[in-house]
Amino acid sequence: MESSISSELQHSATEHVHDEEGNSMFGFIVFLLSESIIFLSFFAGYIALKLTATDWLPPGVSGLEVREPAINTIVLVSSSFVIYFAEKALDRQNLWGFRILLLATAAMGSYFLWGQATEWRGLSFGVTTGTYGGLFYLLTGFHGLHVLTGVLLQGIMLARSFIPGNYEGGHFGINATSLFWHFVDVIWIVLFLLIYIWQ
Amino acid sequence: MTNIPIESIPVLGKNPLPPAWRKYFSFSTDHKVIGVQYLVTSFVFFLIGGLLSMVMRAELITPESDLVDRSLYNSMFTMHGTIMIFLWIFPSLLGLANFLVPLMIGARDMAFPRLNAVAFWMVPVFGILLMSSFFLPSGASQSGWWAYPPVSLQNPSGDLINGQVMWLLAVAISGVASIMGAVNFVTTIFKMRAPGMTFFRMPIFVWTVLSAQLIQLVGLPALTAGAVMLLLDLTLGTSFFNPEKGGNPLLYQHFFWFYSHPAVYVMVLPIFGVFSEILPVYARKPLFGYRVVAISSITISVVSLLVWVHHMFASGTPGWMRMFFMATTMCVAVPTGVKIFAWTATIWRGKLRMDTPMLFALGAILMFLFAGITGVMLGSVPFDIHVNNTYFVVGHFHYIVYGTITMGMFAALYHWFPKITGRMYYEGLGKLHFWLAFIGTNLNFFPMHPAGLMGMPRRVSSYDPEYAFWNVLASLGGFLLGMSTLPFILNMVSSWVQGKKAPANPWRAIGLEWLVSSPPPVENFEEIPVVIAEPYGYGKSEPLVSNAAAMTQEA
Ligand code: HEM
Ligand SMILES: [Cu+2]
Repeated sequence: MESSISSELQHSATEHVHDEEGNSMFGFIVFLLSESIIFLSFFAGYIALKLTATDWLPPGVSGLEVREPAINTIVLVSSSFVIYFAEKALDRQNLWGFRILLLATAAMGSYFLWGQATEWRGLSFGVTTGTYGGLFYLLTGFHGLHVLTGVLLQGIMLARSFIPGNYEGGHFGINATSLFWHFVDVIWIVLFLLIYIWQ
Repeated sequence: MTNIPIESIPVLGKNPLPPAWRKYFSFSTDHKVIGVQYLVTSFVFFLIGGLLSMVMRAELITPESDLVDRSLYNSMFTMHGTIMIFLWIFPSLLGLANFLVPLMIGARDMAFPRLNAVAFWMVPVFGILLMSSFFLPSGASQSGWWAYPPVSLQNPSGDLINGQVMWLLAVAISGVASIMGAVNFVTTIFKMRAPGMTFFRMPIFVWTVLSAQLIQLVGLPALTAGAVMLLLDLTLGTSFFNPEKGGNPLLYQHFFWFYSHPAVYVMVLPIFGVFSEILPVYARKPLFGYRVVAISSITISVVSLLVWVHHMFASGTPGWMRMFFMATTMCVAVPTGVKIFAWTATIWRGKLRMDTPMLFALGAILMFLFAGITGVMLGSVPFDIHVNNTYFVVGHFHYIVYGTITMGMFAALYHWFPKITGRMYYEGLGKLHFWLAFIGTNLNFFPMHPAGLMGMPRRVSSYDPEYAFWNVLASLGGFLLGMSTLPFILNMVSSWVQGKKAPANPWRAIGLEWLVSSPPPVENFEEIPVVIAEPYGYGKSEPLVSNAAAMTQEA
């Protein structure tokens, strides 16, 4: 231990950068865990209100169409794999492969958002239509904001990949973006089960 | 776990620094400056919250409602509670933790210095936002610090920007700042410890900060979820918590207490840490059962996540739920009792030095014992059904928030004052402060218990004359408590300006923070310390670090 300590102390600035990267990733994971509890709370609220409601569906509402959202789900979940391969491409220094895969991810995310918006426009109920309407828009809207954030982050990462020397400090930005994307995906799967499957 | 200086340390003299005080008004990323910024800002809010309580106690000195308007009285207790919790206790504890944690674990700063500064500057922002709601035409929020619907959904003025909306926004910003802080502290404690500073060599204060910040990460998001839903109910007209439209107001209470019970431990745990730091120094003995005390902090965090319904025994909760949460509530008393036992054993037959920090610590522990007993009483369903929403509850938690937390905070401020400012405080004024505060706290908050047992409800500006005797006593105690802050302010200001220069270690305490000069240099350590011993080695005469000379700047 002692000898490794003194050698640690003499490390150069690059070591310092790696250290900071490790801290940032650790901090980001802690943040995501905490963020997931907001979703868990919303889910718990959804379940509690649904189980205790006397009339769950508002008058005139018969339920939700599942087909389009299911397609949306497939697109979003597959995009998680695409961004994973984008990361791998970057690790192999295949910069163009990385860019194309990242762009594909962002496109799939945008498709999801567009699908969500189309669904919203076609619905017969609004936020104030009972607790049902409120919860539906709250959950899908809050998740949608996260998807939007993810797509924006991917855009920034894409733009920054054109800055020379962008990756000298490591890949924290892209690793974090990718982790965030997986997080958004997993949340969606739970949300889909809760809202669309459990009707 | 390396820790290389970000910039080379400026050589004193060659590189004249700006006048010292100016840095406290700048966007500094130095954890010590931020710590002081937190402490001073929160103390200002403490005075504002205290002023509100003085007015309330003046109103309550007579049974009639004769001093302030009833709705203003409602706003005052709402704001008093909110300010004291979100703008005094939380930020002052963060200030202490900011100053101490990096020093105690042998780091040069927090893991994310810039995030740290941003989180701090959000405090004055939401503080001012909250205060400004007093000036709205419809006045500040009146629904109490817990903002239960349907009361909080009333909005009689019909304005979109009303006191309740401002309150929710302020709490939301506070929540974001707290999450930033929590991420920062947890990362710092996990990743920035000096070589040799293993988990079981960390001072208990660091353990308690870690436990408290983990609670924030788990609990705060639940409150945020509830607050978002309440805000939507209030502004967009959704019906999550609105019983008239099929919503469920009890759900809000669950969200609120799932966080706000653990939040009481966010507030008290670091103070337990303060006790554990101070007692060994002034008793000249190692902390009794160090490892057990460390583990019990984490245990408290975990158990505290499972007791929230004891605030809802009278809210129409089903019987099984009451039974379950009564049992878990009793369980929190176990790790808490362990700590009290360890503190008692630490001072047992020690050579006690009754300086101001020690007085405050001992007084606070005594009052905590009392509050713990009334807490366990409240935790039993039959008793709570009788006294819930009476002054008994108000008495219970003020023994915690003033008697334990605020007194413990004063203990900490006196104890680390020389380290923070480089000056000694005046012992005589400190002792005067202690005795005024100790007598004032008991005179103010003890009479609330008999008044509550007799049935006096909380949150009222007029009451039945049969409670008058206890209320007069409480008001006198309140005014005494108000006066007790004067010697404190005098002491802090005059000592900082012209107090005797403090040596590096005026209390002969053991800990990394006492090895560096007072105040510590920018970036704390010349060379990162290499820790070779457990903390609290009082009476053992073993060195704490292997490179004491190299790590300080005097070399
Ligand atoms: C042995 C430990 C404790 C137990 C068993 C306990 C139990 C309780 C119970 C059952 C209540 C609800 C009473 C009611 O509303 O009818 C209560 C209220 C309260 N307790 Fe404790 N408590 C303990 C320690 C603490 C600590 C450490 C704090 C603060 C750091 C604290 C702060 C509060 C507050 C603020 C309230 C009132 C909240 C409100 O109604 O506005 N308690 N306590
Ligand atoms: Cu509680």
